[in-house]
Amino acid sequence: MTCSARSLTVRFGSTLALDDVSVTVEPGSVVVVVGGDGAGKTTLLRSVVGEVRLESGTVVAPDPQGIGYLPATAGSWPALTVRQNMDFVGGIYGLTGERLRSRREELLARAGLSAAADRPASQLSGGMRRKLGFSMTMLHEPPLLVLDEPTTGVDPVSRIDLWRLVSEAAASGAAVLMSTTYLDEAERAATLLALDGGRTLAQGTLEQVLGALPGTVTHSDRQFRPEWAWRRGRVHHEYWPDGERPPDGAVPATADLEDVVVALSLRRRHDSGAAA
Amino acid sequence: MIVKELRELRRDRRTLGMLVAMPLLLLVIFGYAANFYVSSVTAAVVGPQAAAVAATLPPFFDVTVVEPSSGEAEAEAMLRDNTVDVAFVTGQQPVRALVDGSNLFASEAIVSVLNRVGDTVTTDVQYNPELKTSWVMVPAIIGLILTFIGTIVTSIGLVRERETGTLEQLAVMPIRPSQVILGKISPYFLVAAVDMTIITGLGMLLFGVPFNGNVVVFALGAALFLFVVLGLGVFISTISQTTGQAIQTAFFFLLPQILLSGMIFPLDAMAAGVRWIGYLLPLTYFTMISQGVMLRGASLASLWLPFLVLTVMAVVVFTGATLRFRRDLAPGRRGPESAREASAVESTS
Repeated sequence: MTCSARSLTVRFGSTLALDDVSVTVEPGSVVVVVGGDGAGKTTLLRSVVGEVRLESGTVVAPDPQGIGYLPATAGSWPALTVRQNMDFVGGIYGLTGERLRSRREELLARAGLSAAADRPASQLSGGMRRKLGFSMTMLHEPPLLVLDEPTTGVDPVSRIDLWRLVSEAAASGAAVLMSTTYLDEAERAATLLALDGGRTLAQGTLEQVLGALPGTVTHSDRQFRPEWAWRRGRVHHEYWPDGERPPDGAVPATADLEDVVVALSLRRRHDSGAAA
Repeated sequence: MIVKELRELRRDRRTLGMLVAMPLLLLVIFGYAANFYVSSVTAAVVGPQAAAVAATLPPFFDVTVVEPSSGEAEAEAMLRDNTVDVAFVTGQQPVRALVDGSNLFASEAIVSVLNRVGDTVTTDVQYNPELKTSWVMVPAIIGLILTFIGTIVTSIGLVRERETGTLEQLAVMPIRPSQVILGKISPYFLVAAVDMTIITGLGMLLFGVPFNGNVVVFALGAALFLFVVLGLGVFISTISQTTGQAIQTAFFFLLPQILLSGMIFPLDAMAAGVRWIGYLLPLTYFTMISQGVMLRGASLASLWLPFLVLTVMAVVVFTGATLRFRRDLAPGRRGPESAREASAVESTS
């Protein structure tokens, strides 16, 4: 089934955590939510799984039996072994006997955790723990997977493994909604949703999001306007809204996803400041 | 560094509250409650010369029952039901004073006063003839252990689930909040029951504490009390984000129970204001039941008051705490006022 969140608004006290945000996830596709800290990524994902009270908006999602949710935290019970974690979750979803055993062993093998099956989750590395958490969400073959920053704090090799598992889940028909702070890996997604301050910056395919930035991004060895500039490695990147011509020394460049998200965030904050 | 520490302390309201409230609490408790001296006891006088004997008793004895038509059997029943601390049986020389030894400090004071009266009264201490402290403490310690497991251990178990983020995961799974709560507290209920059995057995074995009453009455009282303290544990978990906070908060609930439940300092000897705090604490009533059943062989009927109070506490505390926990567990799936619900969530399998 297609999962969607329409015009979600969420408020925590006086803080507007989500402001009229919508997203649709088709079966067999991966939608990645990107944005900085406090952008609203976790709130959006928690809204979809019913963990947040909505001020307004509508969520169309499977019931809990049809959702696999990996929170931003560990996602497993540290005192239980890998196998016991899988069995506990399988039991909740009604998996028993041979069906549970075969599904568990298959997922552990795919995640490279078979050798650690009898090890307590507390003794796993960060990457292994996240792979265990992911395997637990996949155990009951849910039509909707909601993964909150599954690759954060995970080493590059484990990140590759996790993305392989996510891709396989989507290939088998699951709708995947996940968040990440790593914009390089987000480019792999079918659809992107960029958030900042609880508002949508851009949404669509990678090409559509890249095309959503009016103006120019330049590279230079120095900053011309610090409030519009950011540094990546040794190079200063700077955003020039439509109508502003970059000076000599600022070389127009093709903006990648990171440039677009940073520039759109700066633009939103600038506009909000101007409005205030 | 000092400024940083003060700033942190100012924002840590729980620790700040503890730093301010704890000295005040200790001052009040040790000022008004820490008193082993019982200045007055309740007394019954029965038998043919009941009125005459009652008139001669010193003011230390607060005579609440004078029944010339009753005899020794009725006097013993009044002691067993904890109606009075001492019962004088007249119609014989010397007059016989039956003393409730399960009320340790009161009975010590009674024996001391009667020893000064001379040969006109013989003293017969019932239920704890040698006035052993251990006989009175062991039934109370059982309650303390149940409080420890129910309040501190349970709240830590629940908060740890919150800290590791697995509580959030459970909230999204197809498992009802009531099942989560039941699954979390049942093991503690069982562990507490096993602990209680071991402590009771060891108390009897090592200290010779008698078990004169009905095991079922005792178990019923313990079960009710466990529901109250487990409810407190669940409640503490709903107002704590970390294990440290849970321990800190549980300490606030535990300390008054140890000091003001009559376990250490007799309730009768406390100032009236502080004594009423004691009457609000569940351990006070469990101690009444455990001492009553184990030492006096008290029946369910004679312990109706502590049973009634514990039942009310169990219903109010346990229900309130679990509802609070349930609300925290699934805020997005709450009642019809939720926008998620109000805007007609299409939920399909």
